[in-house]
Amino acid sequence: MIKTEGLTRHFGDFTAVDQVSFDLAEGETLALIGPSGCGKTTTLKMINRLIKPSAGRVIVNGTDVTEQPVVQLRRQMGYVIQDMGLFPHYTVAENIGVVPKLLGWAPERIRDRVGALLEQLGLENGAFAQKYPHELSGGQQQRVGIARALAAEPPIVLMDEPFGALDPLTRTQIRQDFMELEELRSKTTIMVTHDIEEAFEMGTKVCLLDAGKVQQLGPPEALLMEPANDFVRAFVSEKAAQLELRATKLGDVFAQLPAELPPGAKTLNLSPRLPLLRAIYKLAKQRDRYPWGEVEHNGQRRYCQFDDLFQLFRKNLQSWSNS
Amino acid sequence: MVELLNFFAENRAKLLEQVLEHIGLTFTSLLIATLIAVPLGILITRKPKLAGGVLGFTGVLQTIPSIALLGFMIPLLGIGVKPAIFALFLYALLPILRNTYTGIDEVDDAVKEAALGIGLSRRQLLRQVELPLALPVIFAGLRTATVINVGVATLAAYIGAGGLGEFIFGGIALNNSVMIVAGALPAAVLAIFFDQLLAFLQNLDASKLSRLGKPLLLLVPLLSSAYFWPQAYSPGWSAGFPPEFMGRADGYDNLVETYDLDFNTTIINNSLMYKAVYEKEVDVISGYSTDGRIKAYDLHILEDNRHAFPPYYCVPIMQESLARQHPELVEALDMLAGRIDDSTMTVLNYRVDFDKLSPEQVAEEFLREQGLWKPDRKQGGETLIIGSKIFTEQYILAALFGQLIDGYTDFDVDTRPGLGGTKICFDALRNGEIALYPEYTGTGLQVMLSPPKDTLRKIIADPQAVYDYVSEAFAEQYDIRWLSPLGFNNTYALMMRRAQAEKLGLEQIGDLKDAY
Repeated sequence: MIKTEGLTRHFGDFTAVDQVSFDLAEGETLALIGPSGCGKTTTLKMINRLIKPSAGRVIVNGTDVTEQPVVQLRRQMGYVIQDMGLFPHYTVAENIGVVPKLLGWAPERIRDRVGALLEQLGLENGAFAQKYPHELSGGQQQRVGIARALAAEPPIVLMDEPFGALDPLTRTQIRQDFMELEELRSKTTIMVTHDIEEAFEMGTKVCLLDAGKVQQLGPPEALLMEPANDFVRAFVSEKAAQLELRATKLGDVFAQLPAELPPGAKTLNLSPRLPLLRAIYKLAKQRDRYPWGEVEHNGQRRYCQFDDLFQLFRKNLQSWSNS
Repeated sequence: MVELLNFFAENRAKLLEQVLEHIGLTFTSLLIATLIAVPLGILITRKPKLAGGVLGFTGVLQTIPSIALLGFMIPLLGIGVKPAIFALFLYALLPILRNTYTGIDEVDDAVKEAALGIGLSRRQLLRQVELPLALPVIFAGLRTATVINVGVATLAAYIGAGGLGEFIFGGIALNNSVMIVAGALPAAVLAIFFDQLLAFLQNLDASKLSRLGKPLLLLVPLLSSAYFWPQAYSPGWSAGFPPEFMGRADGYDNLVETYDLDFNTTIINNSLMYKAVYEKEVDVISGYSTDGRIKAYDLHILEDNRHAFPPYYCVPIMQESLARQHPELVEALDMLAGRIDDSTMTVLNYRVDFDKLSPEQVAEEFLREQGLWKPDRKQGGETLIIGSKIFTEQYILAALFGQLIDGYTDFDVDTRPGLGGTKICFDALRNGEIALYPEYTGTGLQVMLSPPKDTLRKIIADPQAVYDYVSEAFAEQYDIRWLSPLGFNNTYALMMRRAQAEKLGLEQIGDLKDAY
């Protein structure tokens, strides 16, 4: 769905991005990661044409992005940045409704959409919608920023350090809420982060950059298991243990889950993107109300109980330790 | 305080007119400045390379002293409203331009990035994000410009554009502090009022402001048009009178009373009024009959058929004690007695005003012609200060007196020309700050002495009787001596363009009434 070919950008003599190519299918999440100044943000901004590439191209749905008006292109791509950039003179509702309004949606449709988004993001509708950004906490502002990016239902979402400005606690919370967002499952997402745990938890693919060059591109566990070079090895080794726990997602073990559900059982909806460990934790916490978890992946449904997941986790742990 | 209230009460109509003119001048210039500075400010945020140059240039404009800027405008735009508005416009440019630029430039980069990133076009970014966020800063610039303009607009009266400066300049010319305050106080009140009004608007949040925005935008042209309200409602000949004429006993009130006339008056500096009538800014002025510009601009003097104005024979005056101690001074000055007649004085004035010679050159030329010129004795003697009022003829006379005294006495002469109006010269003479200056018999009679009406009626048509009356009264009351008259009579005279006068068949002042 999104493809880059030899994307390169020079600033004077400095090469910020050097021949970056990747190919992302619909519904995938690419985490661009690397040390400061590695070119990850520049790469992201070349995708929605905030920065013009010196060489290479970006292809979305088979079309070069330079072939359509830039404003239209961007309206198909939600954009979230670290500093949020909410419009201080607009209310929460107006902020979220900016792009739908530009697209000429009817006022009722915008209102309904804003309400639905606020609800999904765990923000009460009503009075909250009429607040101004300066009246919100950092976490609330970031949620509004995400809602604004999703408002016009763009098929693609670009995020630049979306949780970077938040304290660790809020950050974990929002990240989790975010991953469970119904809306996001079908979206193709590219996110920039310098937090490797975040990258491993959220990315279906991880692209590790250094000095503008791709060091390794692949699923998170590939970086752990088969690091392409010493840089990758050094980069992942420090947090290897935590990363391993995050690398395995429900989607990865989907085939091993039971396909049947006892009649009348109450289920908790779980995202296939959820790391296995987190899914276990969630089910453990809500075991009394929801004894079963339900996962939808590639149009199929599978079910699981706490014990199923725990067994799978042990098995995985053993296979890692053997290798 | 009581005097001030009385003044306001007596001059209600005039005050209202001046306030309206003042508001009109301020807001017309502000409106034009806003229409130009805001788009220009936006442009330089888009082209940062231009910003330094544009802001620097408007900054330089700001440093030109206001009175000089008005002076520069005269050859370019003439006198009256146009140059005044243009000068005010130039002053208002910088604060509005700089604040527009700063306001937009200071909008958070993250907000701009997000706006572009989610798909706002450049234009939408400007209209929906940058301008609303910059609005308070732009308003602050408007406030600064408004306060500056209310202040500088007081100078507009100097070039005949009206406004509260009319009272201020009049007050200075007549050394009348009540009149100065009567102009300055309302100007200050206007400045504070508009500043606070804009401060109030600035502090409203953006949404309320945009709701109020449209009616406010209508208000600005309305205020701008205030300048023209008074003109629309006051009948009478459009006349340009200098501040001193407006305040003197023998001036405006006397004229209006004697002839029962209506004038729609503009106060104008006396060195600019000839140009004003020539350029049809006004139709009638109260000129001086010996001025060189009457000839140059082909002006017609209306005969004073009812003797509203007394004769104004020009005479050097000095303190009696000085005259007695130094008879050689009197002797030297008496050499000029009767030597300068009306047409001679007119020519001398013309030499300065049109041939652009200095008053000193013209004085020396005249003395040589008359065989009176002698080089400065340069004895390093006692210093004698000669004063003069602030118009060409007085500058020439001060130079003439100075050169004679330098040549014929041991005194070292220092001239202090351009001392403003009659009151200032006369007070300086009485306090001994100047030793002598040229005065006019009619002025002594009407401004300093104001004799009873019947005495006035008896002597007013007879130049010798007026001279006798003033020299006697001055000796008695002020211990000041009137020397011998120089010969010419520089009377106040109502004048207009010859073409207009002939077309309407106007010969006497009295004809004005029926012709309007």
